[in-house]
Amino acid sequence: MAEAHPVGFQWVMEAKRRGATIIHVDPRFSRTSAVSNIFVPIRAGTDIVFLGALISYVIENEKYFKEYVVSYTNASAILREDYQDAEDLDGLFSGWASENGQYEGPTWHYEDVELHEHGAHRTSESDAERSALFGPRVKAHATDRTLQHPRCVFQVLKRHFARYTPQMVEEVCGVSPDQFYKIAEHLCRNSGREWTTAFCYSVGWTQHSAGPQFIRAAGILQLLMGNMGRPGGGILALRGHATIQGSTDIPTLFNLLPGYLPMPKARADKSLIEYLHNYTAWSGWWTEFPKYMVSLLKAWFGDAARRENDFCFDYLPKITGDHSHMTTVVNMADGDVEGYLVMGQNPVVGSPNAGLQRKGLRNLKWLVVRDFYLIETAEFWKDSPEHERGEVSAETIGTEVFFFPAATHVEKDGSFTQTQRVVQWHHEAITPPGDARSELHFAYHLGKRLKELYASSTDPKDRPIQDLAWDYSLHSKRQEPSAEAVIAEINGYTVADRKPVNGFVDLKHDGSTACGCWIYSGIYAGGVNRAANKKPATDHYLYGHDWGFAWPSNRRILYNRAAADPQGRPWSDRKKLVWWDEASQKWTGYDEPDFMKPVPPSYRAPEDAEGIETISGDDPFLLQPDGKGWLFAPTGLQDGPLPTHYEPFESPIANPLYGQQCNPGRLEYDRSDNQLARPISDPRFPYVITTYRLTEHHTSGAMSRWLSWLAELQPSMFCEISPELAREKGLQNGDWAVVSTARAEIETRILVTDRMQPVKMGRRRVHQIGMPYHWGNRGLVTGDSTNELIAFGADPNASIQESKALMGDIRAGRRDRHKGIAKGRENAPENELRDLPIARHRPAGRHNVRAPFSKQGDQT
Amino acid sequence: MPTGFFTDTTVCIGCKACEVACKQWNQLPDDGYHFTGMSFDNTMHLGASTWRHVSFTERPVPLSGADTGFSWLMASDVCKHCARAGCLENCPTGAIVRTEFGSVYVQPDICNGCGYCVSGCPFGVIDRNHDDGRAWKCTLCYDRQKAELEPACAKACPTDSIQFGEVEELKQRARKRVEELHENGVKEAYLYGADAASQPGTGGLNAFFLLVDKPEVYNLPPDPEVPTIRGNQSWKAAGFAAVGVAAAALLSALIGRTAKNES
Repeated sequence: MAEAHPVGFQWVMEAKRRGATIIHVDPRFSRTSAVSNIFVPIRAGTDIVFLGALISYVIENEKYFKEYVVSYTNASAILREDYQDAEDLDGLFSGWASENGQYEGPTWHYEDVELHEHGAHRTSESDAERSALFGPRVKAHATDRTLQHPRCVFQVLKRHFARYTPQMVEEVCGVSPDQFYKIAEHLCRNSGREWTTAFCYSVGWTQHSAGPQFIRAAGILQLLMGNMGRPGGGILALRGHATIQGSTDIPTLFNLLPGYLPMPKARADKSLIEYLHNYTAWSGWWTEFPKYMVSLLKAWFGDAARRENDFCFDYLPKITGDHSHMTTVVNMADGDVEGYLVMGQNPVVGSPNAGLQRKGLRNLKWLVVRDFYLIETAEFWKDSPEHERGEVSAETIGTEVFFFPAATHVEKDGSFTQTQRVVQWHHEAITPPGDARSELHFAYHLGKRLKELYASSTDPKDRPIQDLAWDYSLHSKRQEPSAEAVIAEINGYTVADRKPVNGFVDLKHDGSTACGCWIYSGIYAGGVNRAANKKPATDHYLYGHDWGFAWPSNRRILYNRAAADPQGRPWSDRKKLVWWDEASQKWTGYDEPDFMKPVPPSYRAPEDAEGIETISGDDPFLLQPDGKGWLFAPTGLQDGPLPTHYEPFESPIANPLYGQQCNPGRLEYDRSDNQLARPISDPRFPYVITTYRLTEHHTSGAMSRWLSWLAELQPSMFCEISPELAREKGLQNGDWAVVSTARAEIETRILVTDRMQPVKMGRRRVHQIGMPYHWGNRGLVTGDSTNELIAFGADPNASIQESKALMGDIRAGRRDRHKGIAKGRENAPENELRDLPIARHRPAGRHNVRAPFSKQGDQT
Repeated sequence: MPTGFFTDTTVCIGCKACEVACKQWNQLPDDGYHFTGMSFDNTMHLGASTWRHVSFTERPVPLSGADTGFSWLMASDVCKHCARAGCLENCPTGAIVRTEFGSVYVQPDICNGCGYCVSGCPFGVIDRNHDDGRAWKCTLCYDRQKAELEPACAKACPTDSIQFGEVEELKQRARKRVEELHENGVKEAYLYGADAASQPGTGGLNAFFLLVDKPEVYNLPPDPEVPTIRGNQSWKAAGFAAVGVAAAALLSALIGRTAKNES
């Protein structure tokens, strides 16, 4: 965190000064470790074993926060009899359909859950519009609050993690039992009524073939210890770069619309009614779904969006499958994509398998790059390892490249949303130089020109462009659209008078309100841009409500109803945040209560309740259909209801816990230009490679390698290795080495340091090579990109590549510029080893990509 | 009231924001792009174009109280703006002056590049620019202070490792911080150059440091001394020597004469 998020880390240092214990778990000793109280080196990709053992420790030693667990989590829910755990099926859960390569069926549900087919209960359209409550009704009817029932979530959880012992941690992660117990005791001592513990993670958890399950494991631990929804608790996702949170909220993702509304699917969501049926929840806050969707359509299509025409729902593009980054790139490489707009991204350096990225770009008709400089992605046609090897030349590449200079964040108005969901406004401090323009300018004027181009068309397919509401006030000579007008639209307004709404509770499903992103609603309440509030923390006030705007409703701690006990009293005076006030009969406190203010703790939802009335007074997790924190996830995940340890795609060992080696639901791209090593200890690639960022550079280096003051601080691509590995391989500090994987090889300078140590897994020692990834062949300082080495291949929930744990080799010397690594089928390893012994990976579709139909997630 | 820096190295995270902020504000050029292989330090030392420099020291032992098996000491070095500044006292042209903020400032329009200041600095801070030959170093952001802004490095430091303020106030804060660290088990914490008593060779530093290992570990001299501090002593010694030599000459002349007479 100190390394990649130094500004946010100031608060960690502040906490340390006030007595907090900082524990850092990482494959290498980094700048964060340097200022931590405890550093735990770990083998990359094994965090579920570590976290699972902590979960097991907390349960076995009865250190969990019992009252919190019983009341606020689904620990007491009883599961179906036909549920089978990974413990029973050697690494798979019940419901695995090997012919489809995915989990199917209802076996993960609570017992007695009413299961409905999507849309099956539609009676009439008006009825559906009033309350479109479909999909499975996820509410446990059968519970055992003593947590003793053998099929209750708590007992299932206990059994699932029983073999995740300190000994297993040593064998898999390379963490000694002594150190494990020390961490476990710290966590338990710092949790409960009086104390809370927070987890911070970043892409070190997400970029694995089971990344989202790493975070789930932390979620389970935090729920067991009562650390969610309370001050000083929680799980903080430190995002990949500035406003990645914002780009998931108002997404640049193929499968989401603003505010986490799912993107309509071509087959399932043929009309607005069907769409609303498919995604509106039976219970919990997502019963409000139709209001948000209709208001979004009103914001986008204005007067054209009317009840008679489904509020222009037909205008939305519908997805037909996986259109994630990696799948799109393989489609590009196969010549199925014509054009590509790259804005603020440098995929040739920053995305996995750089060689395949370039192959994709070479097969386009046109490419638009918007950036500050002529980055590698803009100049891929001129210079690349393929050019060096004589495989391609500029004359043979047909892609037409357009480059647009971009304005920096100080040259435009706009906002950043950070990890705590705080939207922070920035103002244009200086005018962008020359032709540089903001993204807003580019998108607005592109839309304007498209509208002009299609203005006289009578073809119905052009109606979406014609009907698009595209009115934003312009200012300055360069015709810059007003960013504040955009935030006003995002906030939402009543259609009749265009007055800003006060928040999403004002939104309607009848078309009388418009709102660009329901979760941000309130950001422009009263016509005031609250993101621009800047009362600093040095003014000493609690929770910083006047610094920016935190969605939703300027709430600083999510699910803060859990900061009070089931009766609505604070768990302790020290950790007081939100409570039920008997006198005024409403929820109150230091933060904006995350609950329906007048609903008392004693309220119990009747069986026939609908909408948000299904949430009882002690259901703090109100976005969940049952209002409970999910220790066990009955729906929503592609690869299991409980986190389970699978080895990475490429690993030094066979999975010691299960016969199933890798995540059965993983996305694999089995192509000759994306080869994998043998799944288990490939003799060609004996070392674990893990990747990371340095403080001195920003991601692909597009913003830092062109700046002398940053370039001089880390001028060269390097790898970090232990003195032991250096001795074994004859590598000298400061010299050159070649690092290779099944995809490619790159050259790098060598930094020999005691900060890297071989992992001791029982009797086995495994070397890890640390590699930052900021360099490319353009800019003031150049070097090979680590992403040449990384494979396409991802987790099934969020389509994130596995770039934090892979296998490779290292040797002294420079890279051969005329010869690449040997590729082709004859070098392909026995892939079947990857799935032992049950599942067979069954590629589907033209590109051998097996992608689940619906996926949630982000691209960090 | 003199102003200065208190650099608390125990909260430094080595982000180098100070180096960048300093170069940006003062529009300094890069030092070239050299991979040194010396931990994460690629600018190596203070110089004519690097006025803040973060050092990285890898030690095989942890800090006391930390369970990290190892330690990585990071510290942002800067001109110390000594109470008795060797550079200033060595400067023959009067280019180096003490400002109203108590800082030591090189006036670039007066400096003639003689380089006497370079040999006068016991810390090796001040350096001549290879292009124009003049001497350059940290100005304690004289221009920013004139505008009532804190120096760029302190402003950019995310963890308040670099604290700017009135030196006397900073000293109190620093002493409290040392006590706090001692209470938390970091027994090795101490202040470097906080006063004349602990560092008579400089008369104390307006930019002083909190360290957790010997000064040498941070590339700081353990007992710095500005050369001019022995000026009086030297002149006195030279005076005695001159008198001695004269006396010896006289004596030898007398003895010679006596001997001659005797012969």
